Formats: sequence, structure tokens, C-alpha cells
Amino acid sequence: MRARLSGPFRRADPAVLTAFCCILLLLFLGSLYSSNFLSLEYLLQQLKVASFLGVIAAGMMLVILLGHIDLSVPWLMTMGAMMACAAAGMGVTGMVLAIPFGILCGVLFGLLNGFGVAYLRIPSMIVTLATNVVAQGLMVLYTGGFSPQDSATAAMRWLATGVIVPGVPNAILVWATVSAAMVFLLARTTFGRSIYGIGNSERAAYLSGINTRRVVMIAFAVSGGLSAFGGVLLAGYASKAAQAMGDSYLLPSIAAVVLGGTSILGGRGSYLGTVAGVILITLLQSILSVMQMPEAGRQIVYGIIIIAMLLLYGRSPANR
Amino acid sequence: MTEWRYWLNEQRGTLMGLAIFVIMFAVYIVNHPAGLTANVAQTAANKGVLLAFVAMAQAMVVITAGIDLSVGMIFVLTNCLASWIVVGTPMQTTFGVFGVLLAGALCGAINGLLVIKGRLQPIVATIATGAIYFGIALLLRPFPGGAVNEDLGDAMTGQFFGIIPSSLIVLLGAVLLVWLPFSRSETGRAAYAAGSAEAAAFMSGVPIRRAKLAAYILAGLLAGMGGLFLTFFTYTGEAAYASGSGYTLWSIAAVVLGGVSLYGGRGSAIGAIFGAFAARTTGDMLFVFDVDPLWQPLLQGIVLLIAISIGAVGLLRVRNRLDWFL
Repeated sequence: MRARLSGPFRRADPAVLTAFCCILLLLFLGSLYSSNFLSLEYLLQQLKVASFLGVIAAGMMLVILLGHIDLSVPWLMTMGAMMACAAAGMGVTGMVLAIPFGILCGVLFGLLNGFGVAYLRIPSMIVTLATNVVAQGLMVLYTGGFSPQDSATAAMRWLATGVIVPGVPNAILVWATVSAAMVFLLARTTFGRSIYGIGNSERAAYLSGINTRRVVMIAFAVSGGLSAFGGVLLAGYASKAAQAMGDSYLLPSIAAVVLGGTSILGGRGSYLGTVAGVILITLLQSILSVMQMPEAGRQIVYGIIIIAMLLLYGRSPANR
Repeated sequence: MTEWRYWLNEQRGTLMGLAIFVIMFAVYIVNHPAGLTANVAQTAANKGVLLAFVAMAQAMVVITAGIDLSVGMIFVLTNCLASWIVVGTPMQTTFGVFGVLLAGALCGAINGLLVIKGRLQPIVATIATGAIYFGIALLLRPFPGGAVNEDLGDAMTGQFFGIIPSSLIVLLGAVLLVWLPFSRSETGRAAYAAGSAEAAAFMSGVPIRRAKLAAYILAGLLAGMGGLFLTFFTYTGEAAYASGSGYTLWSIAAVVLGGVSLYGGRGSAIGAIFGAFAARTTGDMLFVFDVDPLWQPLLQGIVLLIAISIGAVGLLRVRNRLDWFL
């Protein structure tokens, strides 16, 4: 059956196909409600909103492919955003270094996560939880519990809201760049293949001569950096950083990766699926808010749809 | 001779949790201006018991090698429900209490069925059900409010014989009525078996499905008790997202502090209780040392980081590098 399909379809993962079908279905349902859903502007606007989640989900996917999880996303995002804005308040050098500095903070905390997971062998769920609290503590201390006054630099705003190619917001280009790098990393580099190997069996990967600890640590560092970068972009979009700006990104980023067919146990999944998952979640949130459903209903529908989709294609094999 | 060593090995995590809590609580009490009076104990117990119930709930599921990221939301949902129905005459109040506990157990059962019959990964399935439970909580209480039978509330959060905090008695009751019968039963042992080697347990005909379902249902029930207690404590219901996710996260931390292995099959809900108390004492400790409240989250995080790193000391005992990957 599969052999008869040609080209890209042969290698397509059923989960990815289902995810894309669900996107089309959502767009169709949306267009029944209002014809605006199929307009180019609306779709581009959605992709722009999706790009923040997309950047974060890319990092989350690396970690999930290893069979770990990164719960430090919320405050690493906030930290990236706040530190970038803080650097922006420090004169011209700060303005220039704002974005790299924000990302660097995320990478440092990511390294801390990775060190705990890879070298101390503490379960990732716990280490990342603790670093999340530490990052939160640092930021609360830094801001005094209020939203900081510093605002985003012009470069950050340009990245998130500017337009360089006519009609295509820069945020989408940023996401596309990150995506291209991820595809290259996962499919064409030793590092990427090692990630799949470790996700399947860390023991076997270790015995094959992979420096598994270093790979795990770097993957967490990349995830931390991408979380912070997502925060920087979001701060550019909102033109300033805010307390708890990252709280609503943790669960959607995990959900996006899993809905895209990546196994939460690690070792299996394609980046295309994650892209599909991100778009799916963003569309779902957008349609629910356009329908002016109250927050309570939105949460319920959101939960039910994720469960329904997981039941469609996210089930693990029966044990026997 | 060897008998008690096995027991010690089995209870090591729980005893570690107890030790951490005792040391922290001792430091707290020694530095407290009033010392260990009934009122100080009552306040500490009331705060600790809320997290203790949620941590016990988490421990139930973690023992089967699952995880329940919706416990905090069940806690919030039952709090909102209790602020509607635990009112009125003693009769109505009784029905209300049972209704709340039933709702908690039902939430747990839904999680369990999705994980067992639906064969979904617990992490993602409970993230999704957590969103649903929070949505229902918001439907029940779009704005904070409601009431509770204050006599019952005061009795539950007050003092027994003027000395012992009654919340501790209720917690003890939950241990005696829920945890001990469960862990001593065939189902409970099957839950441990499912956590330590699911495939092997399945092949040996251990009823792992029933055990896991029971664990999830009891987790919901315990989280419901926590929600009920929150209502007794605050007299209101509030659908606060931050509170729900905070309790979920701290329940995981408490479980680990209490010596329950996140890989399943090891630890006990009693350990989780000590873990919860220890986690709560960190917050109180900063209060007696008169630390600026702004430092609180950072110090809590650092204490948590250090506490879990201590668990990594086991690494030094590993003789074969392949043992890392277990």
C-alpha cells in the first residue's frame, strides 16, 4: 500500500497527515461560521501568532524526542523577555546586545537543566520544575513583583511585528528560519541522529560510542535558548515584558509537539508534525476566541479536542 | 536481623522525607518567636494539609509510574463545587461533602479510563483533562465567592481538645481509611507491580488495569478532599488558574522530596505527606527569618534544587556506568 504512494507521501507519518487533515477541518468549520477564516490576511495573522509558539515548541520537541520534558518554559520565556528589555535600557551597547543577551540567559538555565538531567541523572520533570521556580524567583527579585518599565528595543519589535518581504510578517520568517535549522539539525547532523538514538535507547546509544550526556545537555540548552527567544519575540510583539507572560505557553507547547505525532516517550517524531501541531493549536485557540466563547467554555473545548485527537492517533500499542 | 533491613530499604524514601521535614520544622520552631504553641501548630498544619492531600493524590498515580498533571485542577474544581453545595443544614452539608468527594473521584476515574482504556500517555492526557476541569471550575465560579458551612469549616480547621490541629486528625483519617487499606490490598500491591515492571506484572497475571484505575480514582478522591479543605479554610470558592497549576507543580516536588520515585514502584503516600510538609515549611521558614517576601520564590527554588540534588548522591554508589540508564 505504502509502496504505491509516490514522493513525499511515502514517508509521511499517518499522525502528521491526520494533524494536517484536522487543520483543514478546523478551517472548514471556521469558514462555515465566517468567511473571513479563509482570507489570506487571517491566515497570515494566525501564522504570525503561531510563530511564537512554534519557536518554543521546536525546543520542546528536541527535549521530548530524548524522552525528557522541559517544564521550565514559562519563566525562561519571561526571563528572556525581561533580560532583553533590561539590556535595552542600558544604552547603545545594550540595545545591540539585547536579543543575544536574552537568549544567553535562557541557554544558561538550559545548561543547568541539562547538567541536572544528564550528569546528576535527576528526572527532567523535577530539575526543570526547580529551575523554573529559581528563574521565577530571580525575576520577581529583579522586578520587585511588578512588570518592569523597560520596553523592547526597535530590533525586537521589528523581528516580531515588522515586514521585510511584502505581505509576510517577520515573525513567520523567524519561525521558518528556526524550522529550517531544526530540520537540518534533526535529519542531517550526527547530533540530530544521536537525539533519536538516545530517545529510543540511551543505553544502546551510549554503547555505540555517542557521548549521550553531552547531547542531552546541549539539547536542553537549545530548548532553554529557544524558550527565551520565544519570550524575546513575544516581548517585541507586546513591546514590553510582563510577569507570567509565559504561563500560557507551557501546556500548548507540549500539546503541539504531541499532537504532531512525536512520542512523549521519545525517539519517534518528525519536525513537520510539530509544525502541524503548532498551527492546529493556534487555529483552535483563535476559532474559539472568534466565536466569543467564554474562557470556561474555551478551556473545556480545548481539552476535549486534544483528547479526541490523541484518541484518534496518539494511542500507545496495547501491551500483550 | 535481615527482616528489618528489608523494611528499612523499602521505607528509605519515606524516612528521608520525614528527616527533611523534621529538621526543617525544628529549625522553624526554634526560631519562631512563640515557639511550638497550639496556635502555631494549627496554622502550620492547616497550610501543610492542603498540599499534603494533593501530594498524596499525586503519589498514588506516581507509584504506578504515571503522573497526574490535573490534580491541581481537580483541587480547584472541588473547591468551587464545595462552595456551592457544602452549605445549609447538617443533612445537606453531609450530602454536599459526599457530593464533592464523589466529584473528585469521578475526575480521577476519567483520567484513569483515558490512560488505561484510551491508552494515552498520562502526561498529555491529564494536561488535557486538567484544562477541562479548570473550565468546569470557571463555569461554577466565574468570580470568587460562595460559602461553606462555617461550623463544619471551623471544626475541621480548628483544634482538637484545644491542642491537636484537627486538620492533622483528618489527614490521619485519610491515611488510615484510604492509603493503608489500599497499599495493603492486592490491588495496591498490583499498583506497585505495575509501576516497577508493567510488562512483567501483566505477563504474570497481576490485575494491573484494575490497580491503575483504582490509583487514579483514589488520587481524584484525595485531591477532592484537598479541595474540600481549601473551602473550609477560605470559606469561598475560587477558580484560580495559578493556584491550580501551582499545586500541581508543588505536588510533584513534594512527592519527590518524600522519596517517591517518579519512575514508579517505589515510595509511599506517607512519604509524600512529609514531602508536602517540608515544602510548606520552606515558605514559613522565610517568614520567621524575616526575609523580604520578594526573596521567597528564589529561596524556595534554591531549597528545592538542593533537596532534589541530594537525591542524586546515589550516583556516587553506581559501579557500572550502564546503571545510569535505568
